[in-house]
Amino acid sequence: MISFTVNGQQKSFDGDPEMPLLWYLRDIQGLTGTKFGCGQALCGACTVHVGGAAARSCQTAMSDVAGQTVVTIEGLSADGNHPLQAAWREANVPQCGYCQAGQIMQAADLLKTTPHPTDAEIDNAMSGNICRCGTYPRIRAAIKSAAAGGGV
Amino acid sequence: MNAITPVSAPLNVSRRALLLGFAAGSLVLASGPFALAAEAEKKYGGEAMAGGLKDDPRIFLSIAEDGAVTMLCNRAEMGQGVRTSFAMVVADELEADFARFKVLQAPGDQDRFGSQDTDGSRSMRHHFMALRRIGAAARQMLEAEAAARWNVPAAQVKAETHKVLHATSGRSFGYGELAQAAAARPVPASAELKLKDPAKFRYIGKAGNKLVDGADITQGKALYGIDARPEGVVFAVVARPPVYLGKVKSYDAAEALKVPGVLKIVPIDGTSAPPGFLPLGGVAVVAENTYAAIKGRSKLTIEWDDGPNASYESAAYRKTMEEASRSPGKVVRKNGDVDSAMSKAAKKISAEYYIPHLAQAPMEPPSGTAQVREDGIEVWCSTQAPQVARENLAKHFNMPLEKVVLHNLLLGGGFGRKSKPDFVQEAAILSKEMGGRPVKVTFTREDDLHNGFLHTVSVERLEAGLDSKGKPVAWLHRTVAPGIGALFMPDPKHELPFELGMGAIDNPFDIANFQVENPEAAAHTRVGWFRSVSNIPHAFAIQSFIAELAAAAGRDQKDYLLELLGKDRVIDPAYFSDGWVYGENPQRYPYETARLRKVIEAAAKGIGWGRKLPKGQGLGIAAHRSFVSYTGVAVEVKVDEKGAISIPRVDIAFDCGAVVNPERVQAQLQGAVIQGLSLALTGEISFKDGRVVQSNFDDYEVLRIDGAPPKIEVHLVPTKNYDQPLGGVGEPGVPPVAPALVNALFAATGKRVRSLPIRDQLAT
Repeated sequence: MISFTVNGQQKSFDGDPEMPLLWYLRDIQGLTGTKFGCGQALCGACTVHVGGAAARSCQTAMSDVAGQTVVTIEGLSADGNHPLQAAWREANVPQCGYCQAGQIMQAADLLKTTPHPTDAEIDNAMSGNICRCGTYPRIRAAIKSAAAGGGV
Repeated sequence: MNAITPVSAPLNVSRRALLLGFAAGSLVLASGPFALAAEAEKKYGGEAMAGGLKDDPRIFLSIAEDGAVTMLCNRAEMGQGVRTSFAMVVADELEADFARFKVLQAPGDQDRFGSQDTDGSRSMRHHFMALRRIGAAARQMLEAEAAARWNVPAAQVKAETHKVLHATSGRSFGYGELAQAAAARPVPASAELKLKDPAKFRYIGKAGNKLVDGADITQGKALYGIDARPEGVVFAVVARPPVYLGKVKSYDAAEALKVPGVLKIVPIDGTSAPPGFLPLGGVAVVAENTYAAIKGRSKLTIEWDDGPNASYESAAYRKTMEEASRSPGKVVRKNGDVDSAMSKAAKKISAEYYIPHLAQAPMEPPSGTAQVREDGIEVWCSTQAPQVARENLAKHFNMPLEKVVLHNLLLGGGFGRKSKPDFVQEAAILSKEMGGRPVKVTFTREDDLHNGFLHTVSVERLEAGLDSKGKPVAWLHRTVAPGIGALFMPDPKHELPFELGMGAIDNPFDIANFQVENPEAAAHTRVGWFRSVSNIPHAFAIQSFIAELAAAAGRDQKDYLLELLGKDRVIDPAYFSDGWVYGENPQRYPYETARLRKVIEAAAKGIGWGRKLPKGQGLGIAAHRSFVSYTGVAVEVKVDEKGAISIPRVDIAFDCGAVVNPERVQAQLQGAVIQGLSLALTGEISFKDGRVVQSNFDDYEVLRIDGAPPKIEVHLVPTKNYDQPLGGVGEPGVPPVAPALVNALFAATGKRVRSLPIRDQLAT
């Protein structure tokens, strides 16, 4: 039996310990905000926070989350007003929007460690997250805007 | 069978969504009072599409007692912003407060909602006037109700920001107070509609509107096709033939069935050519969760009969196409006498360009969920083509079309892939096998790349006969590419008019002797639409070649391009052979060369054309009309001593006529630049032994944020003329990007790249 929390709620799991966290979240918990994009940690669509740091849930086995805190996009903020979520809405960042939960979760991790990132730091931190619609210019702008507002 | 429910109802959206005022009973009319007059036998644009256009407000609008407006959007949302932009148009004519608009997605029902095919950059282009009529009709019904209640002439009342006012008495009614009774009033006839003066638009053409789905997307609440979770859903993946038209010879499921969570192994019949949008067949694994299904599939032992395409190999096929391009082919455009002019030319130049297969690779891989019961079928998915999805299901299960209910959720990208709803059909076949349980089929990324509907592969050969000043007197373009027609007809051999008409035939450059030929090519994989379609290879070749001619003449690339375009002309599409112009009326959409000239000039001005750059840096430019819009792109590149490429800046100038939602147009163009650079730099799907070589984003590389230009400047050619027909937006930004990039690389290095992708061709 594996015990952990998801968005502050206590959970336990006794299935295949090799199951990726992604499919546990999506298929078993119904937390569909975390997206499947590649299954190989190549695109970042499935990014969540495990133990406070960004992780690709498609390559995180359930056995790896034992005793951990897992936060998904649904739990990033109580009311959807994390500074990045607000900045994302303000800048109309999304096109199709599918990759954006992963982008926001990755950016939240960046701002935790680097509250005022340079362009190079943004590109470096975000280069694992693919957007096929090409929202990169607005992702950069929204991260800077959230950083400038402080309070992340 | 459930009644048709609003799309989100099975997905736990609030009950409020069920309280719609759409007067279901009264709206079964095949054509409402606004059915457009068929004045000519030949129809164009939205009217020519199956299902046509609908503009009865009662089909699309509902206003609740608190004034909240609910609008059904009949086109699929895939990032182009259609839900937001459609709502802006209706809200403007309705004199409503956009902030009080809620947009729901219309279920698949072409008879009721009009054509729902979301492709060809034509949702706004086709619907703009119909949407205005919807908003205006509803506004006039509200005004008529208020006037009747006050017993004053309708001319004395006026709608303004969600209220109807009577200025003389100072009285007012909110929309919510009027809505129910207003809905029972007659819908004004088309001729009685008072459309707004565009000078008074509050949303149309204005920036600053927020996306209607922005809050849901940023909180992970937005639901995409892959997120559907109807009660009791089970999860499946399919092992499909690795080679197109291959078949299962035999399979052993014993080990797969041992995987915990695996419920059933189901063989799926394949299809023969032409395949349409039907499944490729294979062996499906149905399980309690997607992980178990994927793991189960890895334990299947399958022996394949690879079939007729087992030897498809990209390098060899390229040679075949190159050879075809060196001999005459079917003549598809002819002006003047190319042979004679070539023979008299002072100089001849030729070049061959290669553009490989590409995969759309939307971030949401194809996924569909279906439940097949005896009394009907219910589908949840994300598709650009709900009608064909329903028709294919109705046919397969021998059920009336109205028994197939399709809920179209958000598309996590489409780019043409989701115009082919094979994944929906697979889900339904499996649901039937599971005794009517809902089944979700998910393509893994590997499945998406291995079993897709790829962008074609092509060789474009261009020859020019030049006069003594280096100006072409003869132009011969041979385009060789397996076409999309192979999906629908056995061995069509040639590109179809809509493919040739994407840039090859409708080439505006002012050259008296002009010929376009289309030698034969056979399809050995499924070829389908990819954002911008055949415009990609055609624009790449033509715009690269013109830059080559400029270089050969020792001229500035932009000056030469403008000179070759010639003096401003309005070209009747009939001049370009068959006159196909994206399904539009050729009289309303002639080729206006001044518009191409202006976007070339605007892009050049934006990037500072002519400025001196250090060694290893350069500027390039390209322009192209597609989807009846005009795009010019200028690119600045920097190539280091090892040949590594960086792109500091791109300027994209665009003329689609009047702009409805400038903020989304800008977003689409930024995205088009990214996607164009992506395909130019690294985009390639190749085949070996009939199989796709690439598997995931490690070997099918797409542009990431660290490769995206720091600066992408969008220049919209300003026009406020909303009477002029609109152009497309989603696709026309892409085609000129790749040639502008290679032209810039030539300026920086003197090396000409004729084969995409560029990858490390400049490495030293």
